[in-house]
Amino acid sequence: MALLEVQNVSFSYDKLNKVIKNVCLSVEEGEYIAVIGHNGSGKSTLAKLFNGLQKPDEGEVIVDGFSVHDKKSEFEIRKRVGVVFQNPDNQLVASIVEDDVAFGPENLGVPRKEIGERINFALSAVGMEKFRHATPTRLSGGQKQRIAIAGVLALKPKILVLDESTAMLDPKGRKEVLDVVNKLNKEQKVTVIAITHYMEEVIDADRVIVINDGEIALSGTPREIFAQKDVIKGYGLELPFSAYIAEKLKQKGVSLKSDILDQTELAEALCALK
Amino acid sequence: MRVEVKNLSFVYGQGAKALSVRALDNVSLTIEEGEFFGIIGQTGSGKTTFVQHLNGLIKVGKDSGSIKIGEYDLSDKKCDFKSLRSKLGMVFQYPEQQLFGDTVFDDVAFGIKNFMPEKNAEETEILVKEALEMVGLDYQKVKDKSPFELSGGQKRRVAIAGVIVTKPEVLVLDEPVAGLDPVGKREFFALLHKLHKSFVKTVIIVSHDMDAVAENCTRAVVFSQGKVVCEGTPKEIFSDLETTNSLGLGFPVTAYLTARLKEVGVDIDSDLTVDGFVNEIMNKLCGGNE
Repeated sequence: MALLEVQNVSFSYDKLNKVIKNVCLSVEEGEYIAVIGHNGSGKSTLAKLFNGLQKPDEGEVIVDGFSVHDKKSEFEIRKRVGVVFQNPDNQLVASIVEDDVAFGPENLGVPRKEIGERINFALSAVGMEKFRHATPTRLSGGQKQRIAIAGVLALKPKILVLDESTAMLDPKGRKEVLDVVNKLNKEQKVTVIAITHYMEEVIDADRVIVINDGEIALSGTPREIFAQKDVIKGYGLELPFSAYIAEKLKQKGVSLKSDILDQTELAEALCALK
Repeated sequence: MRVEVKNLSFVYGQGAKALSVRALDNVSLTIEEGEFFGIIGQTGSGKTTFVQHLNGLIKVGKDSGSIKIGEYDLSDKKCDFKSLRSKLGMVFQYPEQQLFGDTVFDDVAFGIKNFMPEKNAEETEILVKEALEMVGLDYQKVKDKSPFELSGGQKRRVAIAGVIVTKPEVLVLDEPVAGLDPVGKREFFALLHKLHKSFVKTVIIVSHDMDAVAENCTRAVVFSQGKVVCEGTPKEIFSDLETTNSLGLGFPVTAYLTARLKEVGVDIDSDLTVDGFVNEIMNKLCGGNE
């Protein structure tokens, strides 16, 4: 069985309008998955179903063998699935960075000695060791979001869910967070599920899932997904900006290869025209 | 209305010296009527503190510089801020959080009740209808709905309608597209240009999206640690990517491509908009436009 199994899941907030419709998804350990879809497509609701914040009306979500329907599994699931939301200010709870990072493991009853080790691990993973005794409110947006991620990492989750975690950050802060997430995925084999509106953040994912109207509309590698440019436009999405410029050039008759996704590829293709 | 800021400084927590933070440090800046003006800079660089001064949410302190907007002197204690705010509209981050009315109509009409109490019911209705249609909403369909039953994109439109209902000449927006999907973002900028061609003469926008700044702004300014460190057209600001990188800004894709092509001896001289860039590529690499 895969690490995360979502089987025929449907969900509604009001028992009338289904916002998630018969979604099936299995995520293997170590995968980096990007989830995209227009505002209101159901992405964030899906994220809340992954760790049992919401329970499916129909179907089953199984995390590492534990079902979200089993009340006794709640702690086991929360230990395994960590969620980082959009606004870091809503997720920080303590007045000192190390207390904030310790909050999760303390709640799970992790022994005191081990908590210290986990704080060290989590803060070094996000490159914030120097800020251990700092006050979160005095940090920049990117730094705060890295502390929020550290707080989740201190639970040693197998799956890290990022729900538009970079939306409020400036370009530098966004890069800091993405670099940390990539490193965790590559080096610590943390499974990543990233929900985002930034098409540029999708390019490095192993698999992209397009959600439309509560259903999985498309699934594939970034190249497979963005090759279907008219289809994704129909779902209210767009190409990554570099791919969009390449498209404009091709419409004017410039001969470029068909699957340019990022600015490095486009720069190389343009330099080769010389 | 011309916006003229001279030697503006602002310190948070002035009472407690050890904890005080200098958010603005001797900022001088003139924004001419008609501009689509960008304000960029890292989180914490002073952008929001600056724009909050423009409608008097933060008052200009004693000996802390001056702000003149059209005939309004904001450094003068007798400045009529209410009248200023009807002519300079302010849209904050996540503007949908500003909604409060029972119906969309009430919410949008609040600006008129507040700023133009002389308008009667009939005149109010005309203005509300115009504002909602301007932002692309169907007046009859939405006017009696609760703003809270609308989608995120629609809520944001209602919030904008509530700001433009007094027909402000200057519209100031603090990161208005954060959290919008790509199509929502594109539509939002199209709306801003539509307003800019109509009664809004000057748009001032704070943004972290360098591609959007290059595409939309006639001029921009870069804030760093409370100071203005760079001012000019997007082309001028992004002419040296090492500098913008050191300011933690990132850069538009078109500026990156221009720099890479320069390394191989191709000089692309565009305004950094996608169309401008594409045309230059046609000229320089493909033997002219067809």
